[in-house]
This record gives sequence, C-alpha cells and structure tokens, in this order.
Amino acid sequence: MGNQSKHGKSTLDYEKIVETEDFKALVKRKKTFSRPYVVFFFAAYFALPLLTGYTKILETPAIGSMNYTWIYAFSMFIMVWVFTSIYMNKAKHFDNDVDKIIEKNVLK
Amino acid sequence: MSLISYVIFFSVIVLTLYITYWAAKQTTTASDFYTAGGSLTGWQNGMAIAGDYLSAASFLGIAGAISLNGFDGFYYSVGWLTAYLVVLFLIAEPLRNLGKFTMADMIGARFGAKKVRGAAALNTITIVMFYMLAQLVGAGALIKLLFGIEYWIAVLIVGTMMLIYVLFGGMTATSWVQIIKAVLLMAGTIIISFLVLMKFNFNFIGMFDAMKTATPHGEAFLNSGVVYKDTIGLISVLIALVLGTAGLPHILMRFFTVKDAKTARSSVIYSVWIIGIFYVLTIFLGFGAAKFVGADAIIAENAAGNMAAPMLAGVLGGDALESFVAAVAFATILAVVAGLVLSGASAIAHDIYGQIFKSGKVTEKEQVNAARWASIAIGVFSILLALGSEKLNVAFLVSLAFCVAASANVPTILLTIYWKRFNTTGAVASMLTGLIVALVLVAISPSVMNPVEGATLITGNPIFPYANPAIVSVPAGFLAAWIGTLVGAKRIEKDEITYAEVRFKAETGYKELGN
Repeated sequence: MGNQSKHGKSTLDYEKIVETEDFKALVKRKKTFSRPYVVFFFAAYFALPLLTGYTKILETPAIGSMNYTWIYAFSMFIMVWVFTSIYMNKAKHFDNDVDKIIEKNVLK
Repeated sequence: MSLISYVIFFSVIVLTLYITYWAAKQTTTASDFYTAGGSLTGWQNGMAIAGDYLSAASFLGIAGAISLNGFDGFYYSVGWLTAYLVVLFLIAEPLRNLGKFTMADMIGARFGAKKVRGAAALNTITIVMFYMLAQLVGAGALIKLLFGIEYWIAVLIVGTMMLIYVLFGGMTATSWVQIIKAVLLMAGTIIISFLVLMKFNFNFIGMFDAMKTATPHGEAFLNSGVVYKDTIGLISVLIALVLGTAGLPHILMRFFTVKDAKTARSSVIYSVWIIGIFYVLTIFLGFGAAKFVGADAIIAENAAGNMAAPMLAGVLGGDALESFVAAVAFATILAVVAGLVLSGASAIAHDIYGQIFKSGKVTEKEQVNAARWASIAIGVFSILLALGSEKLNVAFLVSLAFCVAASANVPTILLTIYWKRFNTTGAVASMLTGLIVALVLVAISPSVMNPVEGATLITGNPIFPYANPAIVSVPAGFLAAWIGTLVGAKRIEKDEITYAEVRFKAETGYKELGN
C-alpha cells in the first residue's frame, strides 16, 4: 500500500494549486452556495426547542387538533428533502469544475 | 408463538446466511472486507445507509417513545433526519475524498502522527461498544419475549449470527443484510401505518383529534414537554441527535463502500427519501400503539415502550403480522450489530494494528486476517458484556454513544476539513477531551445515578442534572481543539501535511497514485 507517499514528498505543488484562480473560485462558489443552507437548517432546528420550551405559540391549533408544533416538525422534513435535492443538483456543476481544474493543473 | 412465526424467523436467518455464503466467495482483499471493494451501486448503498440509519432505536425506540410521550418522542425523528443535512453538507464528500476505510483514515490523512490515529480509533471502539451492548441486550430481551427462550441463549444466537456475517461475508454480506432489512422494515412499517390509518377512516387530522383523549396525557400528548420539561435538557438531547449521527463510525463507513464521490451522492438521494418516509410513518406507529394497545399494556411489557410496534402489529394484524414485525426487528438488530462489529474491527485491525503498529506495512492477507481476528475479539467481548447486563437499563448507552460521537469525533472531523490552523495537538486534545467529558458527565447524570435503589447503576442523587450532556461536552470538544491548537502551534509534528493539500484533496477528490 502506498501510505508512504501520503506523507512523503508530494508529487504536486499543492500550495501553488490552491492559489490558482480556478481553485479559489471553486472554493468560493462552494462556500457561498452551502453556507446559507447550513446556517438556515441549524437555525430552524434549534428554534424548535426554543419555541416549544419558552413559548406557547406552537401549541395553537393549526388544522383541527394538529397544532403548529407538528406543522413545524413536518416543515423540517420538507426542508431536508428540498435541501438534499438542491445540493445534488448543485454538486453536479461542481463536479464539472473539479474535472476542469484537475485536467488543467494535474494532468497537464 | 405460532408456526408462522418460526417460518418467518427461519426464512430471515436462512436468507441472510445464503447471502453470506455468496458474499464470502467475493471477499478476499482488505478493501472487500471493509468496504465491499467499493462495489455497491448508488441504490444499493442508499438502501444500506437507510438500513444503518434505521436501527432498532429508530424502529422500536421511536414507536415506543411516541406512543408513551407523544410529540416528545417525535423529536428523535426530526433530529435524526436533520442530522442527514449535517452529514451531507459538511462531511460526506470531504470524508469520502480524504479517507480510505475509516474515519481515522480521514483525520490521519492530515495528521499522520500515530497518537492522532490512536485517539480516533479509541473513540470508534468506545462508541461501537456502547452501541452494540445496547443492541445486544435489546435483542436478547426481544427474542426472549417472543420465543420464550432464555436470555443468554437469545444473546448467543444474535452474537453468533452477527459474527458469521462479518467473518465470512465482510462488508458485502453486511451491506446486503442491511438492504434486505431496509426493505422488510419499510414493508412492515407501511403495512402497519396503512392499517392504523384505516382504523381512523383514512382521516389524518381525525387521528390527531382522537389522540387528545386517547392517552393519560390528554391534550399535552400533542405538545412538546411530556418528558422534556426542561428546555436546556431538551436542547442538549437535540445537539446529540443532530451532531452525533455525523460522528457514528458505522454510518460514516458507508461513504467508502461505493466507487466514487458521485456514487456516494446518488446513494444519499435514495436513502434520504427512505429514511424521511420512515420517520413520517413513526407517527402512525406511535399514535396507533397509544390508541389501540394503550400506554398501560405497553409499559407492562417494557418500561421504555420498546415493544409498542410489535404489539400494535399484533392488535391490527394478528399473530402473522406480529411475527413478521418481530422478525423485522430481529433482522434490524442483526444488521446493525454486524455493521458495528465491522467498524470496531476496522479501528482495531486497520488503524491500530495496520497503521500504528505496522506503519502501514502489511500485506493484503495479513490485513484480512487481522480484521477477522479483530471482529472475533470485538464480537466475543461484547457478547460477554451483554450476557452480564440483562438487568441493566441500557437505554442510556445509546444516548451515550451519540454523545461521545458528537463530542469526541465531530469537532475533530469538522476542524480537520475546515480549519487551517488546526494541528496534531489540537486534534488529540479535542478527541480525548470530548470522550472524557462525555463519559464523566454521563456517569454522574440521572441516567446512572438515581435516588431510587436499583433503578440505575448507582443509587444517589445525580450530580449533573441532564441525562444527555451534549450541551456541555460538545463545546468542551471544540474548546479543547482550540486550546490544543494554540499550545501545539510552535511544535513541529512529523507527518503533518499542509492545509493546502488537505483543501485540494477534500474539494476535488484527487488522490495521488498509489493511494
């Protein structure tokens, strides 16, 4: 197994590659894409115990006896499905960018 | 138990053994053993991820918790599903891109020092042991109840089965057992949910109306707060649920069983639908059990409510459906313990033996042999522990496993990928602090200390107020990472690669030849 090469001399100049405009642009695009989603789902998730623990607003009936606590929880499910789909679609674009960077900087 | 029960149980056993026989013929290399040679397709791995995700805790545990505690039980469904986004957005791809077989590989890809790998392996083994002990004790109780056989025989049956799958079939067999179990579990859950909905005349909202009067809790059943009266305690549980999943070794291992990051991603889309639909259906299981079985009967069978789902199946569909559901629960436990044995064995054989003692210089044959011996060691040790733990209330072990995963593994995983200044000292400090703080706080929490004699391990007033210490132990893990990084900033560690290399590999999945 080639574990030696992992920590020995690298065949690539990584310091140089990560400074290329292509790579910096990729990292930035990935960050600007995922950051809002990450912030949103954590916020939405932890808002639930805060709302149920410190307020009574979610206990208001929404549809029949189903109150907003359940509606909130169901919205979290929809959020997970929607965010997953968005991520999948976006990731395909990033794959293409990655292929280009590898081709340009590594395979040459 | 009727004849049909035996038929269903033995079908599950025979089918899984046949798969193991078939898988054994394809398991020759270390990569075959740990990751099925990366040969699973997107949907196969998706089903297997769902299988790993939907453990007995999800199936038996959530159904019981909702039936007894209403919405408070549903927090588990919400937490575990949201955890999926943490794994997907923050961890899955970099982990897959940097690692090879284990989580420690990924951290070791940046920090090559043996102490880093050792700490990561120690965490993995700790989590696996707690989780497996809880599953084995649960399985023993379940089989004892269903077949009326002795607890120790039941534990031995489950223990032997899991070892057979892993020893002979490695990850290929384990994955296929997971896939079959996922199909059975979904089928069982959909059938029960349909029958419950039929009982409520297909009126989803009407079901909520009925629940207002169906349980001893009255209207409070539909609100948060039946169990979680303290908001800080609730938040602590939710932290462990949402972050813990992202640090569970047997879940993370699933991202190595496919050939590339793209396939890993496509498996995610399959599993998120299966898992999400399953968690929605837990409402029917829980509400149905509360209404048609009743809290008293559920508690009489098992105080934690673990038998709610099989009992509900019995009420709705008679003996045949109850046996089917019990067989599903049995398959669920078998599949999950097999996955756990495999991740524990990988930590011992690949990380500790292969990378630490042998510095990576082991032949393919030595690796596979070491992995088999490690599986036997982990399996036998956990069976012995389980045999002595029949009377132990093991529910806290699962939350402990999640808590250790969230506090000891997740900070290091995240910082290895995303923090430039993070270093070897920081990683070791974070992993050990997270582990120790979580263990100590649980040991002095209400899960272990209770003034009522015999209720828990130690009789006495709990020193730490929350059953789940994640709200303290997770920040402790991050804090230790920061302090450790400051302390170790001047130290030169060998085998530490530059952050530039980590960044590039994590983002692109590029691997140097020979790796």
